[in-house]
Amino acid sequence: MSALRVLVGCKRVIDYAVRVRVKPDKTGVFTDGVKHSMNPFDEIAMEEAIRMKEKKLASEIIVVSCGPIQCQETLRTALAMGGDRAIHVQVDGKEYEGLQPFHVSKILAKIAQEEKVDLLILGKQAIDDDCNQTGQMTAAILDWPQATFASKVEIDNGSLKVLREIDGGLENIKVKLPAVVTTDLRLNEPRYATLPNIMKAKKKPLTTKKPSDYAVDISPRQEVLSVEDPPVREAGQKVESVEQLVQKLRDAGLIVS
Amino acid sequence: MKMLRQFISLGTCNVSATGIRHGIRKELLIITHQRNVSGVPASADRLEDKPAHTQHGKFEILQQKPVTNKPFAKDLFLGKFDKTVLVYPEISDRGELAELNQMVQHIERYFTESLDSKSIDINAEISEDVMNHLGELGLFGQQIPQEYGGLGLNATKYARLAEITALDGSIAVTLAAHQAIGLKGILIAGNEAQKQKYLPKLATGEHIAAFCLTEPSSGSDAASIQTRAVPSEDGKTFHLTGGKIWISNGGIADIFTVFAKVNITAENGEKQDKVTAFIVERNFGGVTSGKPEDKLGIRGSNTCEVHFDNTPVPAENVLGEVGGGFKIAMNILNSGRFSMGSSGAGILKKLIGLTTEHAISRMQFGSKLCEFKLIKEKFAKMAVTTYAMESMAYLTAGIIDMYEKPDLSVEAAMVKIFSSEGCWMCVNECLQVLGGQGFMKSNPYERYLRDARILMIFEGTNEILRLYVSLTGLKHAGQELKELVGKLRDPLNNPRLVFLQLWNRLSGKVREKPKLTLRLNEEVHPSLKNQTDILEECTLQFQRMVEIILQRHGNKVVQEQLELKRLSDICIDLYAMTACIGRASRAYCLGLRNADHELLLTKAFCHEANARIQQNMTALREGKTKNNDDTYMAIAETMFQNKGYAAEHPLTVNW
Ligand SMILES: Cc1cc2nc3c(=O)[nH]c(=O)nc-3n(C[C@H](O)[C@H](O)[C@H](O)COP(=O)(O)OP(=O)(O)OC[C@H]3O[C@@H](n4cnc5c(N)ncnc54)[C@H](O)[C@@H]3O)c2cc1C
Repeated sequence: MSALRVLVGCKRVIDYAVRVRVKPDKTGVFTDGVKHSMNPFDEIAMEEAIRMKEKKLASEIIVVSCGPIQCQETLRTALAMGGDRAIHVQVDGKEYEGLQPFHVSKILAKIAQEEKVDLLILGKQAIDDDCNQTGQMTAAILDWPQATFASKVEIDNGSLKVLREIDGGLENIKVKLPAVVTTDLRLNEPRYATLPNIMKAKKKPLTTKKPSDYAVDISPRQEVLSVEDPPVREAGQKVESVEQLVQKLRDAGLIVS
Repeated sequence: MKMLRQFISLGTCNVSATGIRHGIRKELLIITHQRNVSGVPASADRLEDKPAHTQHGKFEILQQKPVTNKPFAKDLFLGKFDKTVLVYPEISDRGELAELNQMVQHIERYFTESLDSKSIDINAEISEDVMNHLGELGLFGQQIPQEYGGLGLNATKYARLAEITALDGSIAVTLAAHQAIGLKGILIAGNEAQKQKYLPKLATGEHIAAFCLTEPSSGSDAASIQTRAVPSEDGKTFHLTGGKIWISNGGIADIFTVFAKVNITAENGEKQDKVTAFIVERNFGGVTSGKPEDKLGIRGSNTCEVHFDNTPVPAENVLGEVGGGFKIAMNILNSGRFSMGSSGAGILKKLIGLTTEHAISRMQFGSKLCEFKLIKEKFAKMAVTTYAMESMAYLTAGIIDMYEKPDLSVEAAMVKIFSSEGCWMCVNECLQVLGGQGFMKSNPYERYLRDARILMIFEGTNEILRLYVSLTGLKHAGQELKELVGKLRDPLNNPRLVFLQLWNRLSGKVREKPKLTLRLNEEVHPSLKNQTDILEECTLQFQRMVEIILQRHGNKVVQEQLELKRLSDICIDLYAMTACIGRASRAYCLGLRNADHELLLTKAFCHEANARIQQNMTALREGKTKNNDDTYMAIAETMFQNKGYAAEHPLTVNW
């Protein structure tokens, strides 16, 4: 089989090192002036695609991001890592707040068809909304096989051998291409974009699209009622002895007597 | 003193007639970022004002940069204030800014997440892995033009990255020794063949560069070096012999810029020893380096002796002209200093962040540290200093980027002085806030203190640079004021003029509060009017003081180091105020986040600066008998006679 055309999803999320703050009106979290970066699982997806290209198993890497104009920075990073061209599907403001995996997967599916890709690599989830749905939904819409939570991917003559991380162990599966893969943490260690490559990335093509270009309706299908801080951890107590500890746990109904 | 004269005569004055029309400065800001991205003056052959082919295959008008600027700081000595400098520079091309931010984000991630600075400090070595990674990131060729494989960053972008690389002092010095001084000679003075031969490998870090000037008997007095280069009979080879000390990267470098004396015959037939710069490859033979020095700070940066024993250097490896090496050395050092401002700010922003966390969590006496006023004051002062440092650094970088051959060596020296001292002071204050935590090796804070200490010593000691700032300024002013000063110093022949000047002064024409005519306030947001008034008033006072000092001492001013120091300090404060006001005004007009805070920082800085300036003015006005200088000199004399502290022990009796 000839080298693959790979599509990689790159979501722009609040940087994992940032302490997230909930807005006082509980409609969401503060994003203005907050450091953002590429979703770490998407970085892993990028790295996997680049390694395929370095081994000449992939011919072209297309990167895509849905969201506000700043997503272009995320896409430039992906291009600097080794992507060939980028598609930015611009969704702003209120519309972006209502954008769900349901919508994104439709857009991704459309792009995958238009670009005639053989492989779609996505992160298993985004670290902001933790949905863990986009890969699965996209596979369903395309009616392609899916290999989620991948921790090892090998291309084998028109199909993929994928090692999956599942509850309590690992699973080996084989899927036919075209397929959707979602990445788990241990798949690889993504590279740093080097400064010369960041400069070169500026010259790589980046196309801007709208959801309507793909005939996708992005009107929200769910309403966020409120976003709240996790409960503050209560102060602990010190006990003198094991007996006392057991007693306390028993009193709290945490162990049966 | 000989050296100081040389400083005055060699002060890289390249004020050319082609001064720029300052009205178009704003537009230039916009145009100049595309082309000629290196901070070093480009050679003339890269300049074209006709349409040229670009990589996109499209035609694009290449804008020629104006050759040089009206020297801002030097003109302050004449009371001339170039108001356009209050327009704070910016990168107006959004794409370029985004690209820069992306670079910053990536190296920041490496420096904060992967790099183990503690081990570098303890092992006193940067591992090969780390060096390789820095090379892959592209950090060794930041200012090398892209056609030679570098990133071709301009001064502004270089300064921005320096904020991050400064987070590890050892790496910062290694990188700076390589590109701010080690290979800079090739960029500034190298010919095309030398550039093509050496730059590509230096850009990737495959080759490391070092700058070899200092010798055991020649530190600040760089013109006194003993290393010799003797030309062969056929003139094709020089043989280099001598010993250099404290050379950063001395043990790891492949390429050295070496300064040595060559005996040449001047036009009048006299034989003279003149400093010449050479590009020396380690494998030319006869090059040995000593073992790495064990140091207080920047311990991972390799510093050692480098010896040249009859090292053969082909004549084509002379940098610039034979005998032109001293000027090259000064140009190299002058061109790199500005970035210490952003490096210092980078370190401080990080450390202030860490210290703030401590202050808002540590409880004593039932309150958090951050609730105590003594602690609050420390933080505020640190922010004010950092703000001024950062503002000066990017103002200077911004102006460098606008001109072919910027005249900014005085500004760069001022940035270096202010930021090295500000950095030391603030790191010290952070440690104070941290209490015992700051003193412990298990925390990173004490390393920052040790690393910061070198900044006041190398790249020109702060003492030498203070002399450089005021002497260069006075020389500039002296040329214009020569006639006036000459007549005033010759009262017998010009009694009328002297009388008039005296009368002016006594009758109050030269008032304490000079009349403000420059209208600086019109250049910035109205809420900064008080600050521009302070700035203008101080500038006019400064001008008058420069005249007084020149009249008082004439050429002998070179001996008056304490007065020179005060003039430099005033000039630094004037420049820093200018930078803060311009920046705060820009931030406020744009509505940047926390712009109000920037206004406060600027107000606080101008207040501090004004107080310092007035103190210096008073001391200068009073003269050395009244202002304690003579007393200090007498005390010092006695100490040197006694070889140390000369007061008797308090318990001594003499009966
Ligand atoms: C870690 C480190 C790295 C270095 N890296 C390099 C390098 O890569 N390449 C290189 O060539 N050099 C390097 N140096 C040398 C450095 O540039 C010199 O140390 C510096 O120029 C000062 O010279 P000095 O140490 O001989 O001090 P001196 O010149 O002896 O000065 C000692 C003191 O006297 C003061 N002083 C000197 N002259 C006067 C004067 N006329 N009036 C008033 N005060 C005066 C100085 O300001 C200073 O406070 C390095 C030094 C260190 C410590």
